Amino acid sequence: MSDSLLELRRVCKRFGATRALHNVDLVVQPGEVHALIGENGAGKSTLMKILSGAHQADSGTMQLHGSVVRIKGPSAARDLGIAMIYQELNLAPHLTVEENITLGMEEHRLGFVRGQADRIRQALNLLHKEDLPLTTPVCDLSISLQQVVEIARALVYEAKIIIMDEPTSSLTAADTRDLFEVIKRLRDNGIAVIYISHFLEEVIAVADRFTVLRDGETVGTGAIDETEIQALIAMMVGRTLEDMFPRGKHQPGKVLLDVSAVSGDPLPHKVSFQLRRGEILGVAGLVGAGRSETVRRIFGLDRAREGRINMDGHTRPLAGMTPQRALRLRIDYLSEDRKTEGLAARMSVGFNTTFSSVRRYAGPGGLIDSAREAQSVNHWLKEMRIRSTGPGQAVRDLSGGNQQKVALARMLEQGADVVLLDEPTRGVDVGSKVEIYRLINRLAEQGKGVVFVSSYLPELLGVCDTIAVMHRGELSEVRPTGEWNEHRIMEVATAGQ
Amino acid sequence: MNRKLIQSARALGPVVGILLVYCIFAILGGESFRSMYNGKTILQQSVVIGIAALGMTLVIISRGIDLSVGSMLALGSCIVALVLRRWGADGVSVQLPLLAALAGMAACSLCGLANGVLTSLMAIVPFIVTLGTMQIFRGVAKELADQTAINAPGNWLQNLMKIERAVQTADGTWQGVWYSIAPGVVIMLVLTAVMWVVLRHTVFGRYVYGVGSNEHTARLCGINVRIHRLWVYALCGLFTGIASVMQFAALNLGDSTGGVAFELDVIAAVVIGGGSFEGGEGSIVGSVIGAIMIAMLRNGCNLAGVENSVQNILIGALIVSVAGIDRLRQARSA
Repeated sequence: MSDSLLELRRVCKRFGATRALHNVDLVVQPGEVHALIGENGAGKSTLMKILSGAHQADSGTMQLHGSVVRIKGPSAARDLGIAMIYQELNLAPHLTVEENITLGMEEHRLGFVRGQADRIRQALNLLHKEDLPLTTPVCDLSISLQQVVEIARALVYEAKIIIMDEPTSSLTAADTRDLFEVIKRLRDNGIAVIYISHFLEEVIAVADRFTVLRDGETVGTGAIDETEIQALIAMMVGRTLEDMFPRGKHQPGKVLLDVSAVSGDPLPHKVSFQLRRGEILGVAGLVGAGRSETVRRIFGLDRAREGRINMDGHTRPLAGMTPQRALRLRIDYLSEDRKTEGLAARMSVGFNTTFSSVRRYAGPGGLIDSAREAQSVNHWLKEMRIRSTGPGQAVRDLSGGNQQKVALARMLEQGADVVLLDEPTRGVDVGSKVEIYRLINRLAEQGKGVVFVSSYLPELLGVCDTIAVMHRGELSEVRPTGEWNEHRIMEVATAGQ
Repeated sequence: MNRKLIQSARALGPVVGILLVYCIFAILGGESFRSMYNGKTILQQSVVIGIAALGMTLVIISRGIDLSVGSMLALGSCIVALVLRRWGADGVSVQLPLLAALAGMAACSLCGLANGVLTSLMAIVPFIVTLGTMQIFRGVAKELADQTAINAPGNWLQNLMKIERAVQTADGTWQGVWYSIAPGVVIMLVLTAVMWVVLRHTVFGRYVYGVGSNEHTARLCGINVRIHRLWVYALCGLFTGIASVMQFAALNLGDSTGGVAFELDVIAAVVIGGGSFEGGEGSIVGSVIGAIMIAMLRNGCNLAGVENSVQNILIGALIVSVAGIDRLRQARSA
């Protein structure tokens, strides 16, 4: 009936009482990059799991090349030419590039594996990655090259549709640009790419068309060229965000924290700045410029070679700093990596909320007053609008945005005066982002000092009072946000002063 | 709601398991298994594994492992016996057994502390450290005992593991009521209660789970992960020390070659009780139930005339099926 490559119509899927997908439509043309966007929990991953055979739809039709198909399992999806590239790469780290590419489809004679170097070379040529050595173990490759290996694997088994789930979440800006080139080459060779991302900037840069999911339903589809970014956001969150970046009434006051000459191996080099009460200080820079390294050393998570901080009139060397001491000085840190560091993901929401402050609820002998603790946990659940089944739910079962809210709740519960936020909105849906901005504003209104490290310039320009930019381990002068713009920040970030 | 059901099923798992094992042997083992006296015997036989499992539970929840507890058990019991023989040759005073017991417990605590220093301060993998110290402690025990067992003069420690049939005498009073349950069992139950409170309701217990579940987060939350781990291994040593006193009491003997593969029984008890090698999971009560289950399985097999080889297979199958059920549960709740 049509010449579309993939056509899903009225797909429904329930898990028990929850409606994950309801009458979802998705039409993908051959040779297009189709962005699938939506907040966390909108149903993107369920839809992709149905496509890759991990789940079965309850009702609805799926057509591939015009004929109805049912995908009964992951290997069936592969046979139909659908390849899935997950956020966490799916490679055997100690096997070589070639072994990984042909894993599970080795051609053999009498049990001996025969090389398929020609087919692999062909795939790598298509990706313009001819010089990737086939005999290197993949654990020696960078994340972005590992991704290329996964894509090459998809090509070798002649995938017609490649699904990428948040492929840039662990890539640097340069690697991201490189990946986009690869995606465009796939497209030019007639392969359809379904691209799932939170980053609308990326979607606009790489995709041709889009489909927006919200609460398990398709709420919009169209061509990227003809759509405004504000319209996309409105579709995702179901309301127009008059003000993505709410601004509170806060005025930077007296100096709260004075950081001087923080250095580490290899980064940063002699970073100094002052943070005032009620100030939101943005730190911009490229990935690897030393932003995280700086705040982690102030918090004592990584060892500083030299440097001092001054708080409450006392100067302390950073060399002996530990998180324990930092917290005692009322300095707190929000990790950029909430999955492996920021949260104890298998433990409950309640456990994580009071993880750092639990001592306060303890009486003699370390006995915890559970009632008083539960009161606080419930307070934060409500205050932060954390969507969960209750304090007992494991954090890993929450959406990314709600997980981050738990990490922030722990920080608020701890109640430090200086908060170092490392990429607090990474991997978080648009709705939660706005809530996090509000929260940062509220912290400043309470007279706390906030250091806001981010790679997303619009949010820095929208939220911060002052901004400084890091370049190769050195921090620029701190200037009022009004004196910066995206262009100027990128200049300093890429070329220094 | 569903999730809560699954959670409570988890807590009840070991209880259901032990009832199942009991029912099977109640049918197979006959009257001799079902008797009150045998019930007490099973409890008494679970004391040594059970007490050691309390310490091992802490270690496993904090994402560690201690393979040296079998050797520690032998070393501890040898030291108890040595102290009694050295100072009790001309008659044992009332205090001496207590001092001997404390000496054994102190020795094991030091062993645990050594494990802790090596794993947390020197950052060597606990499996390797305790694989090594397993040999070292065993060697020290053999050295102290001249490769054999040390007999000790009679003393009241033996009463800890004594069970008697309560008998009503002619004048209507009961004889042997005091030992009707071995005092060791009472000690095990009291320690279990204490450790349950420690693990569930104190800051220390909270940190044990926290460190095991994600040590990076624990560090971020201001916990001194290394010192904390150190204490966990030292405590494991202390509990193994208490277990070694019980082991000594059962035989009135310090056996330097005993307790081989004991660590595997202890680890099995913890795993049966819900402990996970990924850390952050495990339960004190579950572990003790696991210990009782192992004792029950051995006892029941003996009474039913099942050969030792079959016992091994049964205990092995139990461990694997517990892990399998846990896997299924996790797959379902995910």
